[in-house]
Amino acid sequence: MQRFWIWLSRYASPPVFYRTAGLWRPWLGWATLLVGGPALIYGLFFAPPDYLQGESYRIIFIHVPSAWVSMFAYTAMAGAGAAALIWHTKLSEIAVVAIAPIGAGFTAITLVTGMLWGRPTWGAYWVWDARLTSELVLLFLYLGVIGLASAYGDARRGARAAALLSLVGLVNLPIIHYSVRWWNTLHQGSTVRMFGESSIHGSMLWALLAAALAAKLYFVWSLLGRLQLRLLSAESEKAWVARELKLEPSDA
Amino acid sequence: MELSLGLAFRAALRRELKLAWRRRGDLLHPFAFTLLVATLFAIGVGAEINLLQRAAGAVAFLCVLLALFLSVDGLFRPDRDDGQLDHLLVSPVPLPLLLSARLLAYWLVHGIGLTLACPLLALLLRLPAEQLPVLMLALSTATLGMSAIGLIGAALTVPLKRGGILLALIVLPLYVPLLIFGSGTVAAQAAGEPIAGALYLTAALSVFLATLAPFVAAVALRLGMD
Repeated sequence: MQRFWIWLSRYASPPVFYRTAGLWRPWLGWATLLVGGPALIYGLFFAPPDYLQGESYRIIFIHVPSAWVSMFAYTAMAGAGAAALIWHTKLSEIAVVAIAPIGAGFTAITLVTGMLWGRPTWGAYWVWDARLTSELVLLFLYLGVIGLASAYGDARRGARAAALLSLVGLVNLPIIHYSVRWWNTLHQGSTVRMFGESSIHGSMLWALLAAALAAKLYFVWSLLGRLQLRLLSAESEKAWVARELKLEPSDA
Repeated sequence: MELSLGLAFRAALRRELKLAWRRRGDLLHPFAFTLLVATLFAIGVGAEINLLQRAAGAVAFLCVLLALFLSVDGLFRPDRDDGQLDHLLVSPVPLPLLLSARLLAYWLVHGIGLTLACPLLALLLRLPAEQLPVLMLALSTATLGMSAIGLIGAALTVPLKRGGILLALIVLPLYVPLLIFGSGTVAAQAAGEPIAGALYLTAALSVFLATLAPFVAAVALRLGMD
């Protein structure tokens, strides 16, 4: 256990993390393309059409992976938030602020693709379906975290406030999710509830899983890049930044 | 000097209630706001009494919810401006205890106070008479949870110049379960179903939030002030 903490604190130190992230990023980027490209090409063009929904179901190859990442990212953000509040590590504070826009982006993609899919399937762009509604609330939670982090003049204090808010949101998310489901069943007993997942077949499944993996890889790739940039700006006074960027030492 | 937690709690509660009483004129503003929103809604809907009547429970619930939200920003801001908040933070009494006194006072004054606007709202919105007691029961319960969420939101935004729209973005999404269960209680009554389930869920959620919120708000205040 001791060795784990030593290992962790070593990699959480900004210069080491910056360099390690720089080594990992190209590999992650290529892996995203190699896994996601074929999955999307197969899913969007070659997979057999669904017997009920025809071609429109193909959007799940974007929709479902985004939805998974949107929820995974919130958990990751709150995890980083907990670390930031407990250990006051700079990296985890920065991670909260860096994850939020990626998560919000995936949430927005989930909502837009869900709406596009809903138009031919449900006959309306927006249905107050339990999952769509929770996803919308999730987007608002992300926007709150982003807004709070950027409203503070001091970046570290803003990040800590955002960390606390992300934890509050994490506790509330299951409550929101189940309350929305309860509300949905109360108000409309029999909404069309046939999400693509249940009717999925083996040939589509691997493409979907590959697309999901690619979305996760993209998330990590994008996160590492954002962390690198934020570390540079947070530590711009430190010597390692000048070394890393091969800047001339300033006279000031 | 002996420091008793019960004494400190009572003193903090008395202070809040006394302040609210001295400024009792201010309470008319959120009260008038609820009536105003109801009026605007009725005008917007037009002369369709049936539509108005069917939505009345939910609209009354929302009017109170919005009015309560408007006063959230005042939870800590005046005290920050006159330095009272710093005294709260350096007090030897545990901060969550003082905050729960504040939460209780806020709920009694604003939550229960605004619930008293319901009979007038019911008149304006043509709420069926048998739904009024249920609405008031659900609202007085749900406002406790809303106040608790407001406490967290206000604590997170008090170092900023203004809470404003950011406070809405933080607080309103968290109101969703309370709105669903609270307004669901009224809807259940309207549909002739038993109301106990929704009401108990509202109460459970409110108690849960009110228990934890003072601790979260205490952390938030310390983060913002150091």
